[in-house]
Amino acid sequence: MSLQAAIENRLSEGFNPSVLQVENESHQHAVPANSETHFRVVMASEAFEGKRRIARHQAVYGALSEEMNNGIHALTLHLYTPEEWQNSESGAPQSPPCMGGSKAG
Amino acid sequence: MDINDNIKQQLQDNPILLYMKGTPQAPQCGFSAKTVQALMACGERFAYVNILENDELREALKTYSNWPTYPQLYVNGELVGGCDIILEMYESGELEEVVKNAAPQENSES
Repeated sequence: MSLQAAIENRLSEGFNPSVLQVENESHQHAVPANSETHFRVVMASEAFEGKRRIARHQAVYGALSEEMNNGIHALTLHLYTPEEWQNSESGAPQSPPCMGGSKAG
Repeated sequence: MDINDNIKQQLQDNPILLYMKGTPQAPQCGFSAKTVQALMACGERFAYVNILENDELREALKTYSNWPTYPQLYVNGELVGGCDIILEMYESGELEEVVKNAAPQENSES
């Protein structure tokens, strides 16, 4: 199973999201072709109700701890409650461009 | 000194502290670069640590903060967030508020 599919499965099971987009952005970075190192996740879930941003991110990092130790180099997270998602007109922001640091680790 | 004591000391000594890849002048990662830009736009002095120069610290801080990626911004010893959170806070004006409240009050004439 690809890392991308593994991330999608974990998040679907763990958060029962109403919105889930997992995008492999590795091609934008200084890594070999077809790498699975840089991902962007946009997710809306009731699990985030009443949780601060830090706690939301930590919950996702926790659910993906195996994958984080298994090749993910960067994980961009845009996490919303279903209500916040409805109210966000512009959608989630885009990730910044690579500056070469992934070569260093 | 134990690495965790080292982290605590750094956090205690620096009310606004950014752990990043590279330096503010020469960031080595797009996420660190964006975060530094947002932080500098708030107009307060801040300290930084280039975690690419210290592997032990780089690993230990991930465990310390329960946060597996960089950059990580700390204000008054507390993790505020990584790139995504900092940029959201910058857009909403919240970052400037947090950073201004944490900045040491300097005497302007001395």
